[in-house]
Amino acid sequence: MRFVDEFRDAEQARALAAKIAALCEPGRQYKFMEVCGGHTHTIYKHGLEDYLPESINLVHGPGCPVCVIPMGRIDDAMHLAAREDVIMTSFGDMLRVPGSNGSFFDAKARGTDIRMVYSPLDSLKIARQNPDKQVVFMAIGFETTAPSTAMTMLRARAEGLKNFSVFCNHVTIVPAIKAILDSPDLRLDGFLGPGHVSTVIGCRPYEFIAREYGKPVVTAGFEPLDILRSIYMLMVQLAEGRCEVENQYSRVVPWDGNLVALKAIGETMELRPYFEWRGLGFISHSAMKVREKYAEMDAELLFKVPGVRVADPKACQCGEVLKGVLKPWECKVFGTACTPETPIGTCMVSPEGACAAYYNYGRMERHRVPVTIGERP
Amino acid sequence: MTAAHAGPEAHAGSEAHAGQRSGQPEARQGRDAYAGRDERERQVLERIDRARRRRPRVREERITMAHGAGGKASRTLVEAVFLDAFRNPLLEPLEDAASLRIGEPGAEVPEARVPGAGVPGAEGTRLALTTDTYVVSPLFFPGGSIGELAVNGTVNDLAVSGATPLYLTAGFILEEGFEVADLARVVASMREAADAAGVSVVTGDTKVVQRGKADGCYINTAGVGALAPGTSLGVARARPGDAIIVSGPIGDHGITIMLARGELDIEADIQSDTAALNGLAATLLREVPGTRAMRDATRGGVATILNEIASDADVGVLATEDAFPVRTEVRGACELLGIDPLYVACEGRLVAVVPGADADRAVTALRGHPLGTEAAVVGHVTDSEPGLVRLTTSFGGTRIVDLLVGDPLPRIC
Repeated sequence: MRFVDEFRDAEQARALAAKIAALCEPGRQYKFMEVCGGHTHTIYKHGLEDYLPESINLVHGPGCPVCVIPMGRIDDAMHLAAREDVIMTSFGDMLRVPGSNGSFFDAKARGTDIRMVYSPLDSLKIARQNPDKQVVFMAIGFETTAPSTAMTMLRARAEGLKNFSVFCNHVTIVPAIKAILDSPDLRLDGFLGPGHVSTVIGCRPYEFIAREYGKPVVTAGFEPLDILRSIYMLMVQLAEGRCEVENQYSRVVPWDGNLVALKAIGETMELRPYFEWRGLGFISHSAMKVREKYAEMDAELLFKVPGVRVADPKACQCGEVLKGVLKPWECKVFGTACTPETPIGTCMVSPEGACAAYYNYGRMERHRVPVTIGERP
Repeated sequence: MTAAHAGPEAHAGSEAHAGQRSGQPEARQGRDAYAGRDERERQVLERIDRARRRRPRVREERITMAHGAGGKASRTLVEAVFLDAFRNPLLEPLEDAASLRIGEPGAEVPEARVPGAGVPGAEGTRLALTTDTYVVSPLFFPGGSIGELAVNGTVNDLAVSGATPLYLTAGFILEEGFEVADLARVVASMREAADAAGVSVVTGDTKVVQRGKADGCYINTAGVGALAPGTSLGVARARPGDAIIVSGPIGDHGITIMLARGELDIEADIQSDTAALNGLAATLLREVPGTRAMRDATRGGVATILNEIASDADVGVLATEDAFPVRTEVRGACELLGIDPLYVACEGRLVAVVPGADADRAVTALRGHPLGTEAAVVGHVTDSEPGLVRLTTSFGGTRIVDLLVGDPLPRIC
């Protein structure tokens, strides 16, 4: 199939693996963080680690939109959804995340009106069909999904729709990366930059990582060859003593981002002073809320939201996993008490969560694909 | 559970460190250095394997959609609620149809329609019995309707158990307000499908419920088939070295239904693969009498069946992603939606387990039948990693294919 098969070619993978292996300095360990959950998913789904030498370790980052939502926000959303006059909508992944009283799916089984949508625009359809109800879209995600929420708000305003609002949980990636760089727990050699986020914000916002923290960044695509090639590009930078932001995903990511999308976000949303992230705690200017100009679409103003902070379950170590300090299997409840069927933490819920990816795809002894070092493709 | 585990786990951790210090050079050298890099990880994997073998328990207080999706939750519900309550030797194998013995050993099958069954068997006459309920939405979709599904699905459950399907029952639950013309269309398609499969609908029942208490029309069918003497199929019979065969392109039905719902605004030129598989199954059994098992890949897709083979026979399954026949349209839709075709339902495909030496003969036999022209060997049964299904990806890596959790959900970014 075009646009897919050429990015999953095993021959090219073997050639790249050989080039990567040839660049490894003997005795040196390399740690690269893939920021985005989509990358984590690709890595496990295609068995990509089988191509990497023992000395290269991939550390899974915080870029899984479902994983970083703190339990309190889920409880707040459930509180909204439980109202008789509300229909709550959200993306499928979100609906399985446990709050302190079960997941949205459990609430749905109890009779709460919660509907899965593929696009926030579907919420407008539901709003038109149910004029006597308030349709609240639980918006989640990084800059990747924020534009579609913004466009939906613009559409609702243009249509004069009065019964649509947004419970906004959009977060921004750069403060999270900064929090990880400032964390003393982790020493990284470089980053695979988030490809989808970068389609919106471009590559420029990562320049501080190279400049101030001295770590190379390669913005990577989501096919397995994209990721392998990005790892190679990081290794070349290290070998040549360079430290830059590079764009492997240039077929999709413009260096300056998508100005139309950024404008739509800017029109409808503004930065919050601070926001709580699961595992990372409160990070200033790390999330967005509905701009005052669109107050009639801000579910947090329309309804009373409890806003209670809920501590994570004691056994859950999602925070350490999100920061890359723990590998999924190093968490105490991984795979026993916490499984995709009965998740305790968010990382086990979304297919992009590191724990779910590892449990579903990687839970076995690995066998490396033999590569010949020095092979010239 | 958590508290009970904290102790032993902490202990396991310290043991692992001790183990690493003392070396265990033999075990290390035996395997790849990479595999030996983390003894601790291996211990975690073993612990998870033990956890997965524990008796299933339904934790939810209420039924969720996942209980009907054919994956892990469905299996847990069946094992923990139904099997527990009804437990008996006929139900326990949880095959697609139960195999019953009627009359004394040596008695004849009443009707001489079953090849080979007219001969008094040493074991008496054996019947296969199955039932299935159909709640598909929309009722009509490209390639078929709930009517064809209701006949073909039940016929297929009998066919893959090795039986010759004979008689069906049909029960209808109709919603007040449902159009009679639609009902007539559904029933006409049932009749056509029954004729094509060579079965008769011999008894039935109708109930009407108030508007809003059902979604138009639900159908239950039960089916009876005759088993030829000596027929005994079951995934638990899979042995290392066996080949696993899929009879044709996978995922057509599931994707057709998802697109027919119109929620996705995706169009593709595909239709449901709903078909009666009794002819195809009989062909395979005739050409390869040593066939170990057949299953029709419905909810949960082929991945679910591979997992059933691995867990019921306590063997490993190693499949090759590139070997699975998947139509380009289905692959494209799956890529867009972020779902794996291995989990998407089929309604006219079977998965067969045959001895490795018979693999070529089985594929040739299936390909000789109009419903099996794209049959292919997709994997093998192994003695390593029992209970696990592993997949060699097109990319060249290896990953696990687990039972599906919940409904297949689209990825959000």
